[in-house]
Amino acid sequence: MSQATIAPPVALPWLLGGPPAEIGPEPLQDHLDRLGPCPVGGPDLLSALRSTGLRGRGGARFPAWRKWRAVRERSQGRAVVLVNGAEGEPASWKDRVLMAMRPHLVLDGAELAADTVGAAEVVLYVGSELTDARQALERAIQERGGRRWGRRRTRLVAGPPRYVAGEETAAVRFVDGGPARPTFRPPRPFERGVRGRPTLVQNVETLALVALLARFGPAWYRTVGTSSSPGPLLVTVAGAVRRPGVHEVPHGVSLGQVLATAEPTGPVAGVLLGGYFGAWLPPARAGSLALDDQALAEAGLGLGCGVVFALPGEACPLMETARVLGFLAHESAGQCGPCRYGLGAVADVAHRVAAGQGGADEVALLQRWAGQLRGGRGACRHPDGAVTLLTSALETFSEHLRLHLRGGACPASRAATCLPFPPLREGWR
Amino acid sequence: MRYRLRVNPIACAGHGLCAELFPERVRLDDWGYPIVAPEPFDERLLPHARRAVDQCPRLALLLEQAESRSHRAHA
Repeated sequence: MSQATIAPPVALPWLLGGPPAEIGPEPLQDHLDRLGPCPVGGPDLLSALRSTGLRGRGGARFPAWRKWRAVRERSQGRAVVLVNGAEGEPASWKDRVLMAMRPHLVLDGAELAADTVGAAEVVLYVGSELTDARQALERAIQERGGRRWGRRRTRLVAGPPRYVAGEETAAVRFVDGGPARPTFRPPRPFERGVRGRPTLVQNVETLALVALLARFGPAWYRTVGTSSSPGPLLVTVAGAVRRPGVHEVPHGVSLGQVLATAEPTGPVAGVLLGGYFGAWLPPARAGSLALDDQALAEAGLGLGCGVVFALPGEACPLMETARVLGFLAHESAGQCGPCRYGLGAVADVAHRVAAGQGGADEVALLQRWAGQLRGGRGACRHPDGAVTLLTSALETFSEHLRLHLRGGACPASRAATCLPFPPLREGWR
Repeated sequence: MRYRLRVNPIACAGHGLCAELFPERVRLDDWGYPIVAPEPFDERLLPHARRAVDQCPRLALLLEQAESRSHRAHA
């Protein structure tokens, strides 16, 4: 490692450094001129992952080295690396932007992962609607010599535009020809994944970071971020800001600074952190909150996939939340009772409260159901995510809730949605 | 030895026998699906747990050793 003859970048951006987005995907030669050749992965890279504690950026924030080690132990040269670029989170675009701008960074990371875990095959699993990202990756694969670039077979699979399609067992199932719906664990993908082989499922941002870490080493990686969360992260900032989009920030930066960089346009009702499985925060609390895994965990929060959405002060936070719950209910894979029946019921009652047709009884019912639906009752974390959002809304917007209970719906509840929602789809292929 | 029950929620169809046979650890939610208490239990309750596992029409109930759950830290 650290075989680079090229000086590593100092200031951020690291992932999105180089030519601006308008240029389109960075060509292979420019990528190599800028960052130097991609080293070969192996035990040293696994140690570097372990020493930096790099966490997965798909949402679960699970330490990458643990998964890599688990696949490596079982591989016997037959493992599969499943590069996860599904990005089903409507409020997140960071994976899409990264794939479209820096496809070779993602492919370097995939190859390094395949070297390290001993994989015979790489599958790029990319959301079918992310056309620019898919085209950039396809072109990048051609630039590297086609389907057999590096030492192994590579193919690109377009995943269906469903919220849970990026969940790792759903991704494996889809790649194997099935519906993109989660499966019961065990077996987990590192035990039995694609075609029954040990499979490393890793998000594209994680792999792009690995491509830099392998080149410049863990000491360099630690020059940014905090001791518990070294390195940078991509956040998607949107809502009441003048500069919405994907920003690369150091771990440990406060949520207030992130919002300030994106230039708020006015008062904010609440900040959604982590996506539709995330939590609403009151603006006062959000300001000083450090984006660091340990600090957030102590506050009962998480970074999720890095979504930061500033809800405008004039919006109705209850109606926005009810819409998300309705979306999540629709996006349930419908396999587990609590999710299939529970989320729909929660969304209906939340909508009634937001529309001013519900009273204290309805709020008590929501609280009762939140208690019943949490605790890992589904095959995946879909119900848990929905409950996290619901309970944070009831707490953060308790004053607004009192207004609804006392005087009926606020005028803003009849306004158009602020949060983004894709068109609702059916089917899992 | 300590034990724990786990539900395969995809297999479970909400028949609810488990809550009847093993109320010490299983109750039903408002839709009739089992909520299993996370607290492990010992041999004393094991026959009841076994009966619930055996009687489940969907074979959706799993009996695990409480210690084996430490695997979960893995992924």
